[in-house]
Amino acid sequence: MKCDLVVVGAGPAGSMTAKVAAEAGLDVVMLEKRQEIGDPVRCAEGVSKAALKKMVEPDPVWISADVKGARIRGPDGTEIVMSEDRAGAEVGYVLERKVFDRVLAQRAAEAGAKVMVKTRALGLLHERGVPSGISAQFIGESLKIEAPLIIGADGVESKVGRWAGIETALKPKDIETCAQFLIQDDKIDDEYCEFYLGNDIAPGGYVWSFPKGHSLANVGIGVLGSKANSGTPIKLLREFVKKNFPEGKVLEMMVGGVPVSGPIETTTADGVILVGDAARQSDPITGGGIINGMRAGMMAGEVAADLVPKGEVDKESLQVYEKMWRETIGKSITRNFGVKEFFVDLTDDDLNNLIHSLDGVNVAELDLRGLLKVLVRQNPKLLLKLRHLIV
Amino acid sequence: MLSVNRYKCGYCGACVGVCPSAALELVETWIEVNDDCTKCGRCTKICPMGALELVKEAET
Repeated sequence: MKCDLVVVGAGPAGSMTAKVAAEAGLDVVMLEKRQEIGDPVRCAEGVSKAALKKMVEPDPVWISADVKGARIRGPDGTEIVMSEDRAGAEVGYVLERKVFDRVLAQRAAEAGAKVMVKTRALGLLHERGVPSGISAQFIGESLKIEAPLIIGADGVESKVGRWAGIETALKPKDIETCAQFLIQDDKIDDEYCEFYLGNDIAPGGYVWSFPKGHSLANVGIGVLGSKANSGTPIKLLREFVKKNFPEGKVLEMMVGGVPVSGPIETTTADGVILVGDAARQSDPITGGGIINGMRAGMMAGEVAADLVPKGEVDKESLQVYEKMWRETIGKSITRNFGVKEFFVDLTDDDLNNLIHSLDGVNVAELDLRGLLKVLVRQNPKLLLKLRHLIV
Repeated sequence: MLSVNRYKCGYCGACVGVCPSAALELVETWIEVNDDCTKCGRCTKICPMGALELVKEAET
């Protein structure tokens, strides 16, 4: 098989790449190793409404809940409330990823991309020392797909970059190890996302509760890898749920790893581009990866559509993509990585003091960045190291 | 050797993401370990389910 572009992975980043490239006229093949696109879910499913709307028309079939705001609860139980459109990348819609991911893949297919499920990439093909395609396995049968450019949209467990010599292995301090339950409980507030902070609750991370409508919520935990031990996330999540949702019924169980490494040194190699979690583009503070992945995918699709017809797919030519994402989403990823590196080592007393310092401040008017600015202003000594990042 | 408890594993691929020697692979619903594994144990600590364990060869 021959084509212009192979996309490995049919998550949001891969499907957006495939869609944009196919719309621009490239012959695109998108591979998905799973039988079903979007399943199993490995995500808390929260996205910023405004950011998503810029890329795709909202459709009730893949929106579980439309949330009004967020509550952040400190270790001593003190709470701050932030309102809709202001709480940063993670408040807005709670998606139904099983449907959302498939709809995005459908859009790529409608644009002309060929989609192949149960097809696992096994390695890069080479011709005269440069990547010339992908060797794969389709329903257990080997398959070779020749293409001048390969997009690695293969998620946290990405191999495409490593085959091309890009170091993407995450250090324990650069991954959040996560577990999540879909819980049914009449006490769930269908309108607010909730975040719980504390070193006992979630070391180096947080617990979230994102409503899915009809008294359902994704209740999950992220623990920083360097503060985790075997099975820590599932153990702490079970304790949290027992305490906070004693009547809750667990309808689904999900686990996953979220890159929080900040921008890696390179996301391109000769004939290879990485996008989304594979490129470690998820947000180091929130852990959100959907918006950044989709945006990077659109950039990669555009760059591919421009360069493949010209035959310019060497690493140097692909710097256009590198520059595009680093100057846009890369800036907030870099900034938030610095903030995360600082926050993960705060004690519970520090966290309590920070939340108390917001007493009397109208936090409903702030977004995540605004919130950090106020925190720096109110806590100049504690947050001295953050000043240069925020102001 | 690295032992994967398939009955605990949630096949999320977090272990694959941290493996320094690219010895792990997530294939649909299971983890494969190849000979490049150096038994460094990084994956065992970050597994959210506690499904990975380093066991002494003699015990297997």
